[in-house]
Amino acid sequence: MKKFRYLKNVATLKLDQEKCNGCGNCTRVCPHTVFKLENKKAEMIDFDACMECGACALNCPEEALTVTPGVGCAAYIIQTWTGKEVGACC
Amino acid sequence: MKEDNCGTQNCGCGPMVTIPMENSACREPNQTCGGTADMDLNDEACCGPSNHTVSNPFEKPGYKILPYVKRFHHTDNGTYPVIYNDLKFKDKAGTVFTRFGYNRSHYKVSPGLYCSGAPDENSDVFVSANYKISFDHLRRSLKGLDAWILVIDTMGVNVWCAAGKKTFSTGEISTRIKNVGLDKIVKHRKIVVPQLGAPGVSAREVKKNTGFKVVWGPVYTKDIPKFVENKLKTDNDMRKVTFSMAERTVLVPVEVMLVMKISLIIILALFVISGFGPGIFGIDRMVDRGSLISLFFLSGIFAGAVVTPVFLPFLPGKPFALKGIFAALISTAPLVYFYHGKIAITGLIAMLLVAFAISSYLAMNFTGATPYTSPSGVEKEMRKAIPVQLTSVIIALFLWVFAAF
Repeated sequence: MKKFRYLKNVATLKLDQEKCNGCGNCTRVCPHTVFKLENKKAEMIDFDACMECGACALNCPEEALTVTPGVGCAAYIIQTWTGKEVGACC
Repeated sequence: MKEDNCGTQNCGCGPMVTIPMENSACREPNQTCGGTADMDLNDEACCGPSNHTVSNPFEKPGYKILPYVKRFHHTDNGTYPVIYNDLKFKDKAGTVFTRFGYNRSHYKVSPGLYCSGAPDENSDVFVSANYKISFDHLRRSLKGLDAWILVIDTMGVNVWCAAGKKTFSTGEISTRIKNVGLDKIVKHRKIVVPQLGAPGVSAREVKKNTGFKVVWGPVYTKDIPKFVENKLKTDNDMRKVTFSMAERTVLVPVEVMLVMKISLIIILALFVISGFGPGIFGIDRMVDRGSLISLFFLSGIFAGAVVTPVFLPFLPGKPFALKGIFAALISTAPLVYFYHGKIAITGLIAMLLVAFAISSYLAMNFTGATPYTSPSGVEKEMRKAIPVQLTSVIIALFLWVFAAF
């Protein structure tokens, strides 16, 4: 996946290392190897690979991770702009 | 466990219903023979004088046995279908139709518990979405393994998309575990959930609700044999998503089918606009110019829905809207080569703008089908790209009408 890179510095992913208990759940659920466990703390080693799926945040027991998940297709986002209640498209 | 239609040896699934029959074709001569309710549905009775008029023992009024069901397992807690691990023609044809968008929203499997091979109380439990293609991938990868398949209701949507929409969820898994009484069927307390289900599933909540521990399985079902060999551990490669040319190409038919209807409407509108010119409206002009601009429009569709997905990493730029423009440059090149000098330059520019705009939009929409674009990124690029795409279309239409005079 290294050859697929999307826009930089846009992901809403945030990690609060203070809260991290080093369980490593994020490293197991992330499909893009964004995290690495270093000295019993999660670290973001590839922030720009984040696609905001939300798996890490949902599976973090300490709520050290936050991200705004969503469906990333244009038609869906346009529908949210127009304010309609919509079903996802993919 | 070896499958054997002869004998009544325990398959590990609790007591089996035994249909006593004489057996003349037993593989192990010393055993007492008796056809069991575990025999394949398609097997001719191995025992006794063949009697083709007898209905198969699993028939029930009002029910239909599906082609991927091999036989049924009877346990203390219920009867469960055993699936074929090989895909049949019907399964493969179903996949192709679905990939082309036909019946795509209804390509489902009934939620519940299924068997691969002859699972027992110690066998692993694999959770699947009830999208038939997901289910097919899983059963094929479980070939040779005795395992339980717990199909949850994702309304016929694949694991990852369903997890994103929260139908592949903590709640659905928890409810399904309770509904099938999984705690009575297996002794252990763990279930294998595909890693891509994680956006919808909180492992600790499932544990809290049901007592079952979630073990994250590999992203791709093809890695399951190795995952089982590793004692249910994924290695780094099993956790990574890929997006190969083959994976991108299978998405093309649906991309094309999804834009088909709106494209026909747009083409109709293009024909109407093409009719305007000196003397207000001309039918000949409508047909001639309408076909020409439609050709460029279709070339733009081809660029956005075919060239972009297939050649994605080779197209320059990170924003997909930009990749779409490059794809359209390629797809319209032969048309430009053929038509330049034959039509007014304003007309040519108008047609190119139409092709670029549609390709750029479709490429941008393809972000929804890729496994690496973040919604925040998509929204960011859309805020810039959509005004440009709309402006191009408006300028194009003005130029096109202007070129007719």
